[in-house]
Amino acid sequence: MAEADTAKATRFETVIGLECHVELSTATKMFCGCLNAFGAPPNTNVCPVCLGHPGTLPVPNEKAIEYTIKIGLALGCRIAPHSIFHRKNYFYPDMPKNFQISQYDLPLCVGGHLDIEVDGETHRVGITRVHLEEDTGKTVHGGATGRIGGAEYALEDYNRAGVPLVEVVSEPDMRSAEQARAYLTELRATLESLGVSDVRMEEGSLRCDANVSLRRPGSEELGTKIEIKNLNSIRSLYRALNFEEERQQVALERGEPLIQETRHWDEGKGITTHGRSKEYAFDYRYFPEPDLAPLEPDPQWIETLRAELPELPAARRRRFQDELGLSAHQAGLVASSAEWARFFEATVSAGADPRAAANWMTGDLAALLRETHQSLTAAKVTPEHLAELVKLLDEQVISSAGAKVALAEAFATGASVDAVVEAKGLRQVGDSEALGGMIEQVIEENPAPVEQFRKGKEGVLGFLVGQVMKKSGGAANPKVAAELLRERLSGSG
Amino acid sequence: MTAELCDLTAHDLSAKLAAGDVRAIDVLESTLRRIDQVDERLHTFLTRTEGQARTQAGLVDERVARREEVGPVAGIPLALKDVFCTKGIRTTAGSKILEPYVPPYDCTPWERLQAGGAVLVGKTNCDEFAMGSSNENSAFGPVRNPWNLETVPGGSSGGSAAAVASGQAVWALGTDTGGSVRQPASLCGVVGFKPTYGRISRYGLIAFASSLDHVGTFTRDVRDAATILSAIAGHDPRDATSLPEPAPHYGAGLDAGVQGLRVGVMEDWLGTEGVQPAVRDSVRAAVDRLVGLGATAETASLPHADYALSAYYLIAPAECSSNLARYDGVRYGYRAPGGGDVMEMNMRTRGAGFGDEVKRRIMLGTYSLSAGYYDAYYGQAQKVRTLVIRDYEEAFRRFDVLVSPTSPTTAFRLGEKTEDPLAMYLSDIFTIPSDLTGTPAVSIPCGLSPDGLPIGFQIMGRLMDEATVLRVAFALEQDLRFAARPPLLEALSA
Amino acid sequence: MPVEIDVQHVARLARLALTEEEQERFRRQLGLILEHAENVREVAAVDVPPTSHPIPRSNVLRPDDPAPSLSHEEAMASAPEEESDRFKVPRVVEQE
Repeated sequence: MAEADTAKATRFETVIGLECHVELSTATKMFCGCLNAFGAPPNTNVCPVCLGHPGTLPVPNEKAIEYTIKIGLALGCRIAPHSIFHRKNYFYPDMPKNFQISQYDLPLCVGGHLDIEVDGETHRVGITRVHLEEDTGKTVHGGATGRIGGAEYALEDYNRAGVPLVEVVSEPDMRSAEQARAYLTELRATLESLGVSDVRMEEGSLRCDANVSLRRPGSEELGTKIEIKNLNSIRSLYRALNFEEERQQVALERGEPLIQETRHWDEGKGITTHGRSKEYAFDYRYFPEPDLAPLEPDPQWIETLRAELPELPAARRRRFQDELGLSAHQAGLVASSAEWARFFEATVSAGADPRAAANWMTGDLAALLRETHQSLTAAKVTPEHLAELVKLLDEQVISSAGAKVALAEAFATGASVDAVVEAKGLRQVGDSEALGGMIEQVIEENPAPVEQFRKGKEGVLGFLVGQVMKKSGGAANPKVAAELLRERLSGSG
Repeated sequence: MTAELCDLTAHDLSAKLAAGDVRAIDVLESTLRRIDQVDERLHTFLTRTEGQARTQAGLVDERVARREEVGPVAGIPLALKDVFCTKGIRTTAGSKILEPYVPPYDCTPWERLQAGGAVLVGKTNCDEFAMGSSNENSAFGPVRNPWNLETVPGGSSGGSAAAVASGQAVWALGTDTGGSVRQPASLCGVVGFKPTYGRISRYGLIAFASSLDHVGTFTRDVRDAATILSAIAGHDPRDATSLPEPAPHYGAGLDAGVQGLRVGVMEDWLGTEGVQPAVRDSVRAAVDRLVGLGATAETASLPHADYALSAYYLIAPAECSSNLARYDGVRYGYRAPGGGDVMEMNMRTRGAGFGDEVKRRIMLGTYSLSAGYYDAYYGQAQKVRTLVIRDYEEAFRRFDVLVSPTSPTTAFRLGEKTEDPLAMYLSDIFTIPSDLTGTPAVSIPCGLSPDGLPIGFQIMGRLMDEATVLRVAFALEQDLRFAARPPLLEALSA
Repeated sequence: MPVEIDVQHVARLARLALTEEEQERFRRQLGLILEHAENVREVAAVDVPPTSHPIPRSNVLRPDDPAPSLSHEEAMASAPEEESDRFKVPRVVEQE
């Protein structure tokens, strides 16, 4: 069995490409002035245009074009000097016109890349293209089972129909589920930094399909391509790819041929299931959308947009390492999301030591957020809280144990760290007068250890400090206590 | 006979309204009386809107009574081809699939006319989704030509043409994708004008073939064409193909004459087999009149125009197959009863909701766009379009306008061509090229055939140069003084 | 030569339920029309660019400004069938 596992692991290479759909966070839809908003009551953000009424015409949203160009620039793409919309024709009740306005052979952005880091190594994933299209409505399958399988009818809500949707297509450059996960994480962080999308996978504003095939190492040809759909989180992408890799591996080991197909990821069961075979491939009858003019962004427009690009996660990571002295690991954690980076930088500008701030964020603060299922933005704790915490700790006003308590309290209530320290009595006792009495008591109560220390047994000092701490109820500053003890015992008799 | 109010031109009526000689409501009642007299025989209207029309006319009269200035379309009875979406008024496109459809919005041309005080008397019958040259493709039965009830009014805007020819509307809007304004205008003896592509917004106009669809006008004379065009032309931000240039006032300069103007005569079109001798003679006579007025006339040619018909019958069906995909029984319109899944419902709805010609074109377009055929058909047809555009550019280096018959024949008999799609398609052979090139063109009546049917004279102009087309048309109209009226109307007043 | 067309396949793509008589008639008529249209291939050389619009323009865009939507009632007014504020259709079966 162990032998077989090794054989499997070495005999095939996994090849993965991702197609990601990103809903842009424009105020209005792609081709009409209806609001682009998540969660409205069914069929309320709709008008004759996005309902596909007879006679209506699309007019593209300039902001959506700009967002797409920004995505292209962030991914190092070439912005096409001439690009057009096509109609992709197929019937589906969630599509009001029964064609989707999309892009075909002349997309807006082509040929970029995204660098990812896995296990300390950097990989470059090619970006084939970035194009703009419109989203579809939402179908609810109704009937006995509530699933498409046994459904008796379907209900259509067109609020989402016509929302601007960007498709980012990668080259098949990833070789493992880990790499794919890193790519999607990095893409999401990049999009988030650009401020062009909510990138909420659970709400569908970022969606991902994966193409997976296996081949013999060294082979240039791709194996049979399987497309996995319905990946609603980075975790499902990772799990689905691992499952699919294993499934294909086993099949190939057994000499079973794979068929080109679409498979659906079943999150509950943790498996992929057969969807549609290649022979059912749609005949989309693409042709240039006659109701729209070409997009021909001039260099000046592109440069204006380029100048508006914010710092991207990769650059931020480098800066956090080079300028703020974070480790690669720390930088990776706090720089990858715009939200975290903002919080981190605000903490640092409020006076906190960068490394300490990063440690607290990725340690205790991250744990608190996880426990309470909160996002950093929504949490009551602020960068000022954290900066104060780090400062008090640095100044030895509080101990690290006290700091943990203070953070938890500030996190729960939003109270200032100072107030929490006072209220909970977390302030360390560090002045010699206050400690003096306790130290005298400890010396009196522990004659034997005192004697041992005086004879040169240094190790006993820790015990004596511990006794001081106990007496102070944890409030004593151990460093100061140790110094005072040493002074007292090495001095007069 | 004495002409009734409904038989006058818009500019005559407008002058009378402004002077207080007549009220808008009188003009409307005259028009409604005419509709009552003839519509049953002509089958011009699919929906009549007299209630609303009376309100609109009343408002105009109130404004006139208050001595407010009203515009040139105020109080003038108007008909709209039933492909123009009108809020709250059923709009069917002549199709069963839209029989129950009431649009929740107004098309831009009607919005503009309404704002100008126009009085809408009804929605006119047409070939289903504007596909046809005889109006026999309407799901609600054909329109008859007021000049001879046994003949067709032309198509696809046959109802609008017949309405204006028979006094059921003073003017009307239609659409011209392959000749659907000019050809019925020719067959019904009225002025049919199609301006440059994008001059009039297509927003709210039920699409047939997006890159070829033009809004056009039916009027009693050329001045009215200039007037209504001025009222509806101009940029519309809701139509991305609408021209950004401000529309000029087309009435100015109409009477500047044709002295020194260079007229290119489409001799090889005139020589085409299938052009009736009366049509040929009448067009030649009109050319002579232009020369008499000081224009020069020489032979012009458009070498690739022969391929225009083929290109048109590839491009238009391809676009229509996609444009008409939305009629699926899901959001609005007709849904066929029966069980099964959504795809079966779609198929039944479309199978039963569309008529023969629409289905034929959807099939043709779907086939020509489908895998492997795009380049061979649609792609090649778009190249032919380039060639035709180059021909026009070349010709317009030598000429200011090109002239030809509008259609090879006068009105043909109902049923004559329904069994032979290709023969029917040939009826648009002289009008299609200007739709491919998007250039302005007009048809004006230039005479009657021996059997008493009107003949249309087509004047084609440069891109964006509506003014010259209208100027030539106006000069010829003034010179020809075509005053014949359909026998049907003569009988009424007798 | 008239062009041979797989009418059933095309009708399915176009979502048109056709009677056998219609299929047969369209097969014949479309074949003839396409045969006639074949002549577009004679003239359109490789170096001729296609024209999709008579008047070429570019970047015709609108600002990202909201415009009024329809009321829910207006949106649903023409629905052949409605349930739970949504357009109701028969069951959807995956695949083409």
